[in-house]
Parts: sequence; structure tokens; C-alpha cells
Amino acid sequence: MKYVDEFRDPERAAALQQRIKHLAAQIFARRGRPLQLMEFCGGHTHTIFRYGIEQLLPDSIELVHGPGCPVCVLPRGRVDDCVALAQRPEVIFTTFGDAMRVPGSRQSLLEAKAAGADVRMVYSPLDALALARKHPSREVIFFALGFETTMPSTALTVLRAAGENIGNFSLFCNHITTVPTIKAILDSADMKIDGFLAPGHVSMVVGETPFHFVCDHYHKPLVITGFEPLDILQSLWMLLRQIHGGYCSVENQYSRVVASGGNDAGLNAIHQVFELREYFEWRGLGSIDHSGVRIREQYAAFDAERKFSLVNLQIADPKSCQCGEVLKGVIRPWQCKVFGEQCNPQKPLGALMVSSEGACAAYYNFGDQQALIRLREENGVSV
Amino acid sequence: MSNAPFTPGQTITMAHGSGGKAMHQLIESLFVATFDDPQLSQLEDQARFYFAEMTGAGDRLAFTTDSYVVDPLFFPGGDIGQLAVTGTVNDLAVGGARPLYLSCGMIIEEGLPIETLQAVAQSMKRSAETAGVSIVTGDTKVVPRGACDKLFINTAGVGVIPAGIQIEAGGAKPGDAILINGYLGDHGAAIVDARGELAMESQIETDCQPLNHLIADMLAVCPDIRCLRDATRGGLATVLNEFAAAGNCCMQIEEQALPIRTEVRGICEILGLDPLYLANEGKLVAVVPAQAVDALLDLMRAHPAGAHSAAIGCVAGAPAGRVLIKTAFGSQRIVDTLIGEQLPRIC
Repeated sequence: MKYVDEFRDPERAAALQQRIKHLAAQIFARRGRPLQLMEFCGGHTHTIFRYGIEQLLPDSIELVHGPGCPVCVLPRGRVDDCVALAQRPEVIFTTFGDAMRVPGSRQSLLEAKAAGADVRMVYSPLDALALARKHPSREVIFFALGFETTMPSTALTVLRAAGENIGNFSLFCNHITTVPTIKAILDSADMKIDGFLAPGHVSMVVGETPFHFVCDHYHKPLVITGFEPLDILQSLWMLLRQIHGGYCSVENQYSRVVASGGNDAGLNAIHQVFELREYFEWRGLGSIDHSGVRIREQYAAFDAERKFSLVNLQIADPKSCQCGEVLKGVIRPWQCKVFGEQCNPQKPLGALMVSSEGACAAYYNFGDQQALIRLREENGVSV
Repeated sequence: MSNAPFTPGQTITMAHGSGGKAMHQLIESLFVATFDDPQLSQLEDQARFYFAEMTGAGDRLAFTTDSYVVDPLFFPGGDIGQLAVTGTVNDLAVGGARPLYLSCGMIIEEGLPIETLQAVAQSMKRSAETAGVSIVTGDTKVVPRGACDKLFINTAGVGVIPAGIQIEAGGAKPGDAILINGYLGDHGAAIVDARGELAMESQIETDCQPLNHLIADMLAVCPDIRCLRDATRGGLATVLNEFAAAGNCCMQIEEQALPIRTEVRGICEILGLDPLYLANEGKLVAVVPAQAVDALLDLMRAHPAGAHSAAIGCVAGAPAGRVLIKTAFGSQRIVDTLIGEQLPRIC
């Protein structure tokens, strides 16, 4: 398949693998401990597991799977709000498919749907707006979710709804931002990350500039990375090249998609419709300053939170859950006390087991269970 | 009168299920007339068979049932009627049985256009002829609007298993080979496409086809086929997990050996679906002794139901109960049973 197979070529992968091994060995000889490299984005995590990329890397490279899965990090209180909205008889609640399974404190949207709520899966916020036009007597709410990648399409939908004076359409806004979250990870005391693969699709919108602080203030190398297996391997090699050369900068591996200045039309739409929240609650990481956006006063008519005065309860993660430590690379997913036992994809306790893009779910679904159990035993974690 | 033809635009009403004249008219002028079977035309409460007709064909009866609730009723390359016949025929055939007779239970939502029902019945008749089976008994119920979605069909099937054929989910042995009779995921992708939510340019057609003739030919060449299933809901991944669990062995497949159409790969790429889990309606997965692979593949590829057949992997002893896939890069990952429904990823 054109534009796909080129980026999955096994021979080129083998060549990159050799280059990575060569540099990693030299770096390890100098440091004496493995490198920890974080892929922030859930899309990268998915590719890494889908293609077994960890198996291609030497032991001196550990991949830390970051919090960039918007479905995973959605706190349970917000899901409860979704369910409460969906249960209103006048509401058609529209959502992307993979948000339907995320557990709230009582129900997921799938369970609410089975119990009678009108929950519909859409592929785009414009599909939700079309439903609002088609059902003028119902309130159509779109569950707006995701990082800067999905923000422009939501913002443009609000602008179109405003332009057409559609009164029965609103957003339940749960968009989150990338940069404050990377900063929060870098500021945490137990952080051990040596370099970042930065999210390619977020960068397509925001450009390279917002990531410079990672190099300038924290002196960590960062490579903006695409989503095919060769993208990931090439970016890992680029990170190693920086570490080996003793410098750090923002490099753009995904230049076929990401322009250094980002996407002006997308950014303008975001700024027109959204403003930063003071803080936003993340499942597994807690509250992070400026890590979410809300709808500006001017477009309040399209804000479901204002329209339906939601409870917005904060519900803490279960105490046994160690998602925060996994996200920061302090422990590996299989080292968590509840991994695979109390916490599994059928009944997730923690954020990272929720979606297939979550690190723990990826290990659980794609990982070698026997090897994981062996590792847990070797590391003294009771099974 | 009871045999008067239906008027154009006429719809099903509760009267068509009431046991009165309207119901008899529906049964006789639509189902009996279309299915055109001597047993069914008797309008007895049951179909009757002579043992002698069956004992010549084998030494065991196979009996199965399945219900069909697909939405939309008509999709590229097929419809619910074709599915209802083919699905049940295939469920018999993968046990090694020669399918003979089907029942047909219709649950109809009031308001369904009679023309729709006629089209579905005609499609069932065509599919039954293709598969070489007869629809010999049936039932019709009409439910109020909202109590079912347009039309649900249940078919049950009876077949005869020839002596000596022993196909079991747990029959795989280390060293055996895994075969498939063509492209994966066409039906699942066609249904996603037919729901019209994506406005794709190219149209993917369902792979819905009866497998009984192909399987009969395969069994003639290789009577000791170990495992055989049709990979319907849950796709190839689900069938292989069933084989691995039942046989306490490991199914190892090669990603590069899997036959998948470019259009299906495209839909999966866009939506974040995995073709290993997409439904098929005319695909068999067979575990066979390694020495039979060449003869079977030659035969399958020459058959209209198996033009793109491929050997996709082999059976190993360990890790028992697992399905492993080898990627193009030489790495391996586990292919687990699907949890819940496959839902598109957002980014």
C-alpha cells in the first residue's frame, strides 16, 4: 500500500537496528546504565507493540511509555459527567469509538448505552453537527477529547455551528494539552528520562517551537516522530546520536507532515474557541496546571458544562494503582503490584489498562506473558 | 384471495403474523412459492426424512443453528438472506458434514416493505441452490415496530458426516500447517463501508460464499484434516485462539503470509482496526498435516472458493494455548482474543 509499505520496509528496519545497536553500545560503555527514552504519544506506543519494536532494541535502551493516550488519562469523574449527560432524555451523546469503554466510577458509556442512553459513535465532530441539524428537537452533545491533534476539528465545528446558528449542539470539552504535561513529568522528583520521542500529530498542529524548553531548560534531546515503525526506529537513532554527541536539540523526523511553524489555520481556530483552564485532572498523574482547555465565554452557548451545570466530582484513583510511576518510567508496567491480576483490560483499575494505546494494556495484549511473569519473579514482585 | 399477488409498496402488518388469512397469504405466495421445495409445500408442522436417504451418505448427523441480525439488510456483494443460508451451511461443512436441509425462522418488524422480504427470500433460494441444500421447514413471526430491527432470520441445518472424518478444534499437533482459503476481513470491511459513515471511494464486497463444496474436495484429498472452522465474528484471531486453547498448543502465523486486500488494509489503517479480528463469511481456517499442504493448496487455488488460498503458519508445542504472529521485522507478538467489540482508535 502506497505511503505505508515504504515506512514498514524490513531491510531498512534492519539497517536502522544495526545503527542503533552500534551507538547504544558506545553510550552504555560510557554510562554503565541503560538509557530511558519516552515516547509520549499513545499512537507511538501502539506502533511499538504492534511491530514488536522493543524486541529489536538492545537491553541498554528502555522505552518508557508516556501519558499521551487521551482515553487512558480521562479521570473517572469526567466519565461520570458523560454518563450523566447521556442519560438526559433530550440528549444524543456522540463520541469517538474508543472512549465508549472507559470506565467511570459506576458505568462506562457502553454500559449507559445498554441501559437506554442514546449514545452514538461518530468519526468526526462534523458528524455530530450533522445529527444536530437532523434532530432539531434533541440536544446533540459531542464528547470532545484528545490533545492538540483533535482540537482544530472541534474548534472548526463550533465555529460552523455558530455560523449556522445551530442552537441544539454543544461540546463536553475534555481536550488536553501536551506541553504542560511533559513539563510536569520533567519536574517530578523521581523522573529518570534521558530523551523524548515527541508526538507527530500534535506537532503537525503546534509546530516545533513549543518543545524547545525541553532542550533549553531541561537539557534533554527531543525528536518529533511519525507513527510508522521506521519513523520510530529512525527517531530513536536520532536521539542516540544527540546523546552520543553530547548535545540536545529539537529535531523533526516527521518533516513529511510537520512544518516547523505548525498549522496556522488550526492554531487560529483553537485560539478563537478555546482558552487554557487553570488546571485539569489526569487519571494517573493528578492535577496538572494549564493542561486542559475550555470553551471561551463568547461560545458559551456551545459548552455543555455551562449548559447543564455538571457535578464535576473528582474521584481518586484506587490506592493500589501505580500508573503514575509507570508513566514516569520509575517502574515498568509489569512491575506494578496489580498488573494483570486485579488490573486487566476486561476490568481496568488504572489509566494505562484502559485503551489499547495504554502502556499496560499494550503489554497485556501484545506482550509475552510468560516472560513478564518470569521478570516479575526475578524482580521480587509477587505474582 | 389467498394467492393474490402483493400490491406494490405494500408493507408487513401485525395481521401477517396473526395466524389468519394475511399470514397464510404471506407464507404461501411468498415463502413457499419462492423456496419451491416439495417438503415445504406440504405445509405440515415439520419436515420428514427417510433414514435410508441419509445413511448412505455417512454415519453421523450434524445439526446446527445460527441467527442473523445484520444491519444493513443489503450490503455490497450480499444480503441477510444469503448470509442466513451460507452461514449455517458453513457451520455444518466445517465439521466435515454434507449439508442437506435447512429451516428458516423469520422475525419481521411491522412496516417492513414486502418487496424487501421478497428480495431476501429470493436471495435465500439462490444461495440454497448454490450450496445444494433445501429449505424444508419454516416459521414466521411479526413483532411491533421497535421490537426488532427490520428483519431477523434464524436458520438451523442438518447434514451428514461421512464415516472416518474426525475434525475437532483440539486436533492440532506440533508440526501441522495452518491454511486459509483467501483474503481476510472482506465481510467486516464491507459492513463498515456499507453503513455509509465513511464515504469511501472504493467499494469492498462481502466474501459471503458456501464452503461445503470446497471442503468436500479438501477432505477427498486429505481425510485427516485436524481442525476446521469458518472465521466469522472475531475473525482469524478468534479461531486460532480456539484451536490453541482446545489443542493445548501454539499457533504461529506469519504477518507477511496473510492475504489481505489493499482496500481492507486501507480501511483498517484509517480506523485503527485489526484485520485479524474482522469478520469473514466465506473463509475457512484449516489445520492440516504438513505433508498434505502442497496437494491441498493446489486444489484450493483451483477452486472458485479458494483462489487466493495461502499457508499462513504452523503449529508449535509452546507457549501452549497462545497465538503468536511474526512481524515482517522478525519480532513476535501475541494475538489475543478480542475483549469486547473492536472500536476505532481516535488518534
